[in-house]
This record gives sequence, C-alpha cells and structure tokens, in this order.
Amino acid sequence: MSVATQEATPAAAKPAKKKTRRGPEHRPGLNRWLPYLLLAPAVLAELLIHIIPMVVGIWMSFIKLTKFFIANWSAAPSAGLNNYKVALDFNNAVGEGLLKSFGVTVAFSLITVALSWVLGMAAAVALQPPFRGRGIIRTFFLVPYALPAYAGILTWNFMLQRDTGAVNHVLNQLHLSDGRTFWLIGSNALVSLITVATWKLWTFAFLTLMAGLQSIPGDLYEAASVDGAGNIRQWRNITLPSLRPVNLVLVLVLFLWTFSDFNTPYVLFGTAQPPAGDLITFHIYNASFLTWNFGTGAAMSVLLLIFLMIVTGAYLLVTGRRSRRA
Amino acid sequence: MRLRSFVAAVAATAMGISLAACGGGDKNDSSGGGSGGDQTLTYWASNQGTSLDNDKEVLTPVLQKFTQDTGIKVNLEVIGWNDLQTRIQTAITSGQAPDVVNIGNTWAASLQATDAFLPFDGDAMTAIGGKDKFVPTALATGGKEGTDPTSVPLYGLAYGLYYNKAMFAAAGLQPPKTWEEMVTDARKLTVPAKKQWGMALAAGSYTENVHFAFINAAQNKADWFDADGKPTFTGDGNVQGVLRYLDLMQKDKVANPSNAQYDNGTKSVNDFATKKVAMVINQNNADSSIVANGMKAGEYGVVPFPAPAGAEQVASHVAGINLSVFKNTKHKDAALKFVKYMTDATTQTTLGKPFSSLPVLKDAKPVFTTDAAEAATFQDVYNTKSKPLPLVPAEDQFESTVGKAMNSMFAKIATGGTVTADDVKAALKTAQDQVAAGS
Repeated sequence: MSVATQEATPAAAKPAKKKTRRGPEHRPGLNRWLPYLLLAPAVLAELLIHIIPMVVGIWMSFIKLTKFFIANWSAAPSAGLNNYKVALDFNNAVGEGLLKSFGVTVAFSLITVALSWVLGMAAAVALQPPFRGRGIIRTFFLVPYALPAYAGILTWNFMLQRDTGAVNHVLNQLHLSDGRTFWLIGSNALVSLITVATWKLWTFAFLTLMAGLQSIPGDLYEAASVDGAGNIRQWRNITLPSLRPVNLVLVLVLFLWTFSDFNTPYVLFGTAQPPAGDLITFHIYNASFLTWNFGTGAAMSVLLLIFLMIVTGAYLLVTGRRSRRA
Repeated sequence: MRLRSFVAAVAATAMGISLAACGGGDKNDSSGGGSGGDQTLTYWASNQGTSLDNDKEVLTPVLQKFTQDTGIKVNLEVIGWNDLQTRIQTAITSGQAPDVVNIGNTWAASLQATDAFLPFDGDAMTAIGGKDKFVPTALATGGKEGTDPTSVPLYGLAYGLYYNKAMFAAAGLQPPKTWEEMVTDARKLTVPAKKQWGMALAAGSYTENVHFAFINAAQNKADWFDADGKPTFTGDGNVQGVLRYLDLMQKDKVANPSNAQYDNGTKSVNDFATKKVAMVINQNNADSSIVANGMKAGEYGVVPFPAPAGAEQVASHVAGINLSVFKNTKHKDAALKFVKYMTDATTQTTLGKPFSSLPVLKDAKPVFTTDAAEAATFQDVYNTKSKPLPLVPAEDQFESTVGKAMNSMFAKIATGGTVTADDVKAALKTAQDQVAAGS
C-alpha cells in the first residue's frame, strides 16, 4: 500500500480515485464486517455440527429421557443428577458395567496405540533408505488405510471364526494350536479387537512418521555415521528427538481415535459384544438405543468427554513443559 | 443493520433446522407420506423375504392392487432388521415418520409406551375389520394387556423342532415328544467321528437366546415380570429354565461349542440343511432357507418344541410381525384402509407363501408349505401352545439384558468354563438390576 502511495502521480490520480471509490477501504461498514462475514459459514457449520449437538447432549444428560418421553423429548422431566448417579454408582449393575467397559477400553487403547506406533515406526524407518520396489511396498502398507473400514473388519470377522476361519487354519498348519481356539468370544475377544484395530491404525502411524522422517536432514545421519554411531544409536539420538513434534500429535490422535472407536467392535462382534470386548462407546450405544435410556446414555457420553478432555489437557501440559525444558 | 438482520435470520434458520432434526419440530409438520390430502401413504416394511429386493418384488404387485382398489398410492421402503428399531426410534424422536410401519411383535408394548402410535380403539378396530377376525393369541401381542393395542398382527411365526428324517430312521428313533426324549435322541445322534451333532443352537444370538429363556421358563410356569411390570428374573423357574437350555451344550453336550459364535438363526438352520446336525429349533420361516441350502422338502419333519414331562406345554412365544400406524399421520383413514387390506384373507394368502408366514386370521390355512403335517403342527403351536413375550414397556430391556447374559454364559461354556445354577442366578440378578435402573 505504501509503495502505491509513493508511485501515485497527479496524472494517475483520477483513475486511482475511480478505483478506490469501488474498493472496500471506502466502505467502512463493509470493511468492518467482512472478516465476520467470511467467517460466518465456518462458525455456522461449527455450531450445527458440534456446538448445538453437544449442548443438546449435555442437556439430555439432565433429563429423564426414556421411551416414555422420546416422542416429545423436550417435555421430558428433569432428572437432576440422577443419570450421573446411576452411571457412577459402581455398586449398581449399570455403573459396574460402565466401569468394566472403561477398564477394557483403557487396556485396548493403550495396547493398540503402542502396537500401532511401534509397527508404524519400524516400517517407516525400514522403508526410508531408497531401494528397488520401495514404492510398491509403501503402497501395499497403505492398503488397510485405504480400505473401507467395514469391509476390512468384516473380513477379519470371517478369518477369526473358530471352525472355518483362516486364522485357526494357519495356526493349525503351523502346529501353533489345535485349531479350536475361539477368537470372537471369551477372553480372546480383546486380543482380536486389538489386532484388528492395530491393523487398521498402524498405517496411519506409518504414513505420519514416514512424512516426519523425510524432514530430517540426511547430513545428521552422515555425520553420525562418520562418528561411528550405529543404526540404533542414530535412531535414538537423531530420529526420535527430530520426530518429537510429530509423535506428540500422533500419539494423542491415535489415543483419541482408539478410545472412541465404535466401528471395530460393532462390525466385529455385532450388536452383542462379548464382555472382554465391551468398548465404552459401544457400551453407551447399547445403554441408549437397546434399552431406550437416552438420558443415562447422554450422561455416560458427557463423562467420557470430560475424561478425554482431562487426559488431553494433562498430556498437552506435560509434553508442553518437557518441550520447553528441552 | 442489514447484515445484522441477515446473520440473525441465518442463525434462527440454523437453530430451526437443528431443532427440527433433533425432534423438537411440530409433529404435524409432516406425515412423511407426501403432501396432505394427496392420498399417498409411506409404508416401512420389514425384511421378510430372501433380500430387501425380494421383498420389493413380492410387495409391489400387492400394493399396486391396493392402489387400484382404493386410489391410495403407497410409497414402499423395505428396511433390514438391524436398522428397523433405530429407524423407528429416529422417526418417533423427529416426528418425520411414515404412516404405516412393520414392527417385531415383541416390541409392541415398548413402542406403545412411547405414545407415538395410533391406538386401535373401537372405531379404528372396526375400520380394519374388527378384532374378531384375528387369532386371539396373535392380537394379544399388539400392546399392553388391558389397553387398546397400538399394533395388529400381520405375519405369524412360531417355533418348531425340525428333525432330519433319515438320521432319525437310521438310528431307529421316533421324533421326540418330551424334553427328555429330545435330549436322549440328540445324544444318540451326536457322532463326533462324523462331525455330526444332535442339535444346532443360535447360542450367540441374544434375541434367539432370550426367546428360549422365555419358553423354558414358561414351561416351568415362571414369569419374567410381576403384575406391576417389575422384573422377577431370579425366580427358581427362570433360573432352572435358562440352565436347562444352557445344558444342551454344557451337560448334555449335544451342540457344537462353536454354536456360541452363531449370532443369528440362519447359521444354525444352515447346519441343519447341510445335514451337519439332526435337529434345529427354528421358526416356520426357516423352510425357505432349508430348501435353498440343499435339503429337499420331505427330508425333514417338524414337531412342537418339547417341554419336560409334566411341565407346562409351551412350545413357542407368539412370534411374528405386527403393523402399526403412527399417530401423527395425516392420512389416518387411508392408513386404516391399508391395514385392513394387508390383514384381509386374500392378502394374507398372497403373502403367506413368499414370506413363509402363518396366517394371523381365524380359520385361515397356512400356505407356506405343501407339507400338510408341518403346516398343521405350526398352526397348532401358534394357536394353542404359544404364549406372548412379556407385554410390558420394559420388554425391550428384558430382551437385551437377559439375551446378552445368556450369550456370555454360552461363551463361558464353549471356552471350557462351567455355569452353575448360582452363576445363572447371579447373571439374571445383574440383568434385573440393569432393567430396574433403566426404568
């Protein structure tokens, strides 16, 4: 703007004046509102997609929203804190069930995130040096990410069947089991759930870490190599610290995704999930839709939201402090 | 000011859309059946045939005939069973409902409690042809006892014990008449060397499991709810009934433990049709699957699901599909005409064969099979040896909690564990507490 002012000549003043008459700077009202106008679609979308449903959900957690009121749910009577009391009363069947499913979900999330990260890191590091066929292998690794979740998990469901599934058949051929193992019921249900979720997630970790690795200057590795550092030492002292910002986000995202995973248990187990695979999102779905107790289901959802906000906040606080110290 | 007004209008519109979508909208806004007065009904049919497309093929000419007769058009949507209950819940919540809908008859009392459906009171019942045309036990599934029903029976179903005639003949056995005979026969017909089992159970299906919890307890004269609608799951009759059914896999060992993974009845029927098992307990609509999987009509017979000697002769719950009209329909008269048409004798006969259903009308003859003995067995079970599932608002909770408890107990048995009467009682106590907490 300053350059334009300096270059302006009396001869050019007329057209410039004509131009500015149409410009926003000569419309102070519009100029003031333009940013808000441009932001409005995003704000509106945010309101419709996130804020209003969340507020409605929180409100639902304070009303007695059962089958008796869903036809006119705005008239449902207040439940006060009763929905929360029911959900948090661990001596009661509902609260006890929620606590168990919370425990299952914590175990599921921690193990799945750990496995996904380890596999993603191993594959990203292994596929970093150029070699023939690297592109094909990278593409092959991304197949689970590209596949529709439903199709992939349904295929796992077939493979994990006891009598006809490929998993037992292969284990039997390798003499690792008698081929009679149940994978979709009993305690192995959690193993199956973790396996399928890891299969689905690790490629995202792989993709993210691979992108992160490509931003690390090769000079660092060359210098380290000249100094006699081996692969493991290079990984520990160069790769890991360089990937720290990527890992902070990656681990958080993986944790939030796994903790709120609904598709995997729903497609793998159907509407009757085994206790060992009773993830909290599916537990809430059952509480809400199978027993028509939407008030208690909403209270459980709000509790889950609060938990995830606390975990996310604590995680960002701790990792932020460490980053500042570093 | 102009911009402020614009923003305010957009926000108001957004709020309006959001609230309407969430169910706060005026119930009278839409019947989902087209504009008012144009005599077009929207009908949500459940999946009864071999596929959703098959249902459309079967129903389309039937609905066209209704249009020819009355001038009322019908927009048909066929919905799979996995989605139907959620779709109905959404319709109730939003008010964006069809005019007429098929429901599983076991949901009738629970759906009635929502107050979203038209009661078939004196006038409405007269408009559809009167209550006397229906089989009384079928009509009894329409809602809570002592109230005007909010659904009427459309397709009748009942459980029967299917048996493989050749396997029974080879073992020198007659079809069982009591539970004890059934278990003895099943043991003889369980031949591990041939990978042959006496029975197949849909032991991973909570809906199938809860049906047998109900039937076995009913044989013990036990109820699941008291007169006030409060759950009474832990009575001895209930516990022993559930344990008796579990023991088919646990103590009697006549069912493959893999059955604990069978999450729907089709899988157990397929085992029967492919001759891996000698017996299966299923509803009469299994016929088409059995034949489609290779077993010829005449190779199997059907007898009532037996009760223990001296027990109550309950062989099934009154299973089937009911028809409901949403209360907020703008086309009440047309909807009632449609219900009358779907439940008249001609339509029942037309649909009885493709959907393998039992007629819900008095004196009507089943047409789903050419085997007269089989037809007579199922009709007798439906009319005289069936009992409706609990007609209480919490019936849906009974299904999900008790059914899932049985899934878990079957899983424990299949994976090598033991389930005692105390374990059953504890599981039923948990289910009962869940229902009580959610009511």
